[in-house]
Amino acid sequence: MLKIDQVVANAGDKEILKGLNLTVKPGEVHAIMGPNGAGKSTLGNLLAGMPHVELTSGSVEYMGKNLLELEPEERAAEGVFLAFQYPVEIPGVNNMYFLRTALNSQRKYRGEEPMDSAQFLRMVKQKIKDLNMRDDLLKRPVNVGFSGGEKKRNEVFQMGVLEPKLAILDETDSGLDIDALKIVADGVNQLRSPDRSFIIITHYQRLLDHIQPDYVHVLADGKIVKSGDKGLALELEEQGYGWLNE
Amino acid sequence: MKQNTDNPAAAAEEPNRVVKDRARKKYKEGFVTDIESYTIPPGLDEDTIRLISAKKDEPQWLLDYRLDAFRKWQNMQQPEWAKLNIPPIDFQAISYYSSPNANKENAPKSLDEVDPKLLETYDKLGVPLHERERLAGVAVDAVFDSVSVGTTFKAELEQVGVIFSSFSEAVQDHPELIKQYLGSVVPASDNYFAALNAAVFSDGSFVYIPKGVRCPMELSTYFRINAINTGQFERTLIVAEAGSYVSYLEGCTAPMRDENQLHAAVVELVAMDDAKIKYSTVQNWYPGDEDGKGGIYNFVTKRGNCLGKNSKISWTQVETGSAITWKYPSCVLRGDHSSGEFYSVALTNNHQQADTGTKMIHLGKNTKSTVISKGISVGKSQNAYRGLVRVAKKADHARNFTQCDSLLIGKSCGAHTFPYTESANMTAKLEHEATTSKISEDQLNYCLQRGITEEDAISLIVDGFCKEVFKELPMEFAVEAKALLDISLEGAIG
Repeated sequence: MLKIDQVVANAGDKEILKGLNLTVKPGEVHAIMGPNGAGKSTLGNLLAGMPHVELTSGSVEYMGKNLLELEPEERAAEGVFLAFQYPVEIPGVNNMYFLRTALNSQRKYRGEEPMDSAQFLRMVKQKIKDLNMRDDLLKRPVNVGFSGGEKKRNEVFQMGVLEPKLAILDETDSGLDIDALKIVADGVNQLRSPDRSFIIITHYQRLLDHIQPDYVHVLADGKIVKSGDKGLALELEEQGYGWLNE
Repeated sequence: MKQNTDNPAAAAEEPNRVVKDRARKKYKEGFVTDIESYTIPPGLDEDTIRLISAKKDEPQWLLDYRLDAFRKWQNMQQPEWAKLNIPPIDFQAISYYSSPNANKENAPKSLDEVDPKLLETYDKLGVPLHERERLAGVAVDAVFDSVSVGTTFKAELEQVGVIFSSFSEAVQDHPELIKQYLGSVVPASDNYFAALNAAVFSDGSFVYIPKGVRCPMELSTYFRINAINTGQFERTLIVAEAGSYVSYLEGCTAPMRDENQLHAAVVELVAMDDAKIKYSTVQNWYPGDEDGKGGIYNFVTKRGNCLGKNSKISWTQVETGSAITWKYPSCVLRGDHSSGEFYSVALTNNHQQADTGTKMIHLGKNTKSTVISKGISVGKSQNAYRGLVRVAKKADHARNFTQCDSLLIGKSCGAHTFPYTESANMTAKLEHEATTSKISEDQLNYCLQRGITEEDAISLIVDGFCKEVFKELPMEFAVEAKALLDISLEGAIG
């Protein structure tokens, strides 16, 4: 599904990713851990096509396509979803209207019929119930006045509605209390399926108590320096990242 | 969601998107109706005024009113305080009267007799006048250049005592009302353009709502400029007697021409005890082309007099058109406990200039005013909010809330805010909030990442920015207003 090959990339004018390799197969959950400044968010931004990240060399193949040649909205329609570390507020635009615009734009790109409001309403009501979230999320303006936890919940809810093939969670656990963390994690677990893959970027192991990753990778200084299973995350929790440099 | 047009169910639920599709391409109202018309030669002197007055068969007192205004105007100077760059206007090069009916004798007596070309024009503009197709629940007065070509639902409205007619007809049928209220809110000497209007005004609408009557439908005037080199000088007067209510809408469009055309209107509203007037405008005069060539000069004086206790006047405007807009719909809050509201969205693109806002004059006790202004600047345009809140000495416990928000799209445009407050009463409570923002890269990226195209993202963000104003518009107008904004935003990116 995703093959990142020897990627070197700049953020601003600084080289951040320095020869990164990662392969993700359908249905897999990969956790990317690492110290601050290692390039974790840059990786997410590169995949989603966010600005200020520039590829110097290497390639990213996604579902047989050259991902980095696609516009950000095209990548979204192809199934790439980024749950932002800092979700943005859009005053005056209600969440449901926003999501319907997004979903129907994606459907249009894929040559599918748009979903009418009645169908859409049924679908989102079901999703919000499944994800154990509150109805008022639908009517409020996008992220406006949301607490940190609500914003992250909204990201997971949007993911649920848009049904991506590759979901990238950028430090979705940061700033969450344990209850919010659990709701977010439960949401992700529910959305796991054999044809949906996740890249979970996190600084701490605690999210991985709730989401069982298939692989854990340590990203340091722009490269994956170590890969393993869930055990690696626990090791990191105990020892910190310091030992990686030794 | 543009594809929704093919799905009737979805289309019904979200008409704005449908209108948007239909109107996607540029200024669709820019066509010219090829119709025989009677246009007086360009030029302005007392004879011109006598000719206009004679054309309309006016009583002597009205001619005298016009001539008096003309003499005042001749001694006035064009105002220069606005943040506008107005090229010199040659008032002698403009024709002050143009009518699609060659002469008075064969003027249509009812809508059935109206020239089919005119009916077709209004069909094309989305305001059908025929009985079969006309808009349900909205009575329309259609003004074409200098004359009204017809008014719908007149008989139905008469049944409840509501008078809704062209101004010219009202002069003939209700001279006592016109004489009593004409110039009572905006005197001829008020300002340069108001004086010009008082001298040469042609047509517009007259509305009278009797005591205790809630007008059973929306009243609406559609102003259309068609003839070349003519100005439109309309006059609208609305009188709401005690305890009555009316919601009035106006829309305006003009053909695309390389020459600038002048539109100088005066609107006067009078609200008695407990009366409420809701006045909404969707202003879509031709804004000129991308290089700033052509377009309407829109110099308008609109004022409401809250004469009665507990009366209320509410202005809502969506301004997307005109090359230059100079317009300050205002409220004089004379009655105790009266209130005034001003909700405005002004969008300027390319080389458009707008200097618009409101005046809230608090004279009565416990008077209240609310001002919500949303300015959106795109391209090389300049957009200014200018507002005055004045509290007179005796206006105890007056309250005002003003909020001015500006949104900039692109790097070459400008937004300016000029709020003035003058308070002569210590008990007044005045609040002012102002923000200026840009559509942030973060907001755009967030939308893009969810699969929304850049163009749709801007439209979505702007819609959200204007929401507080749109919700004040009657349903049909809110739909039209959103569609207009989308068209006006075209080329906002890249």
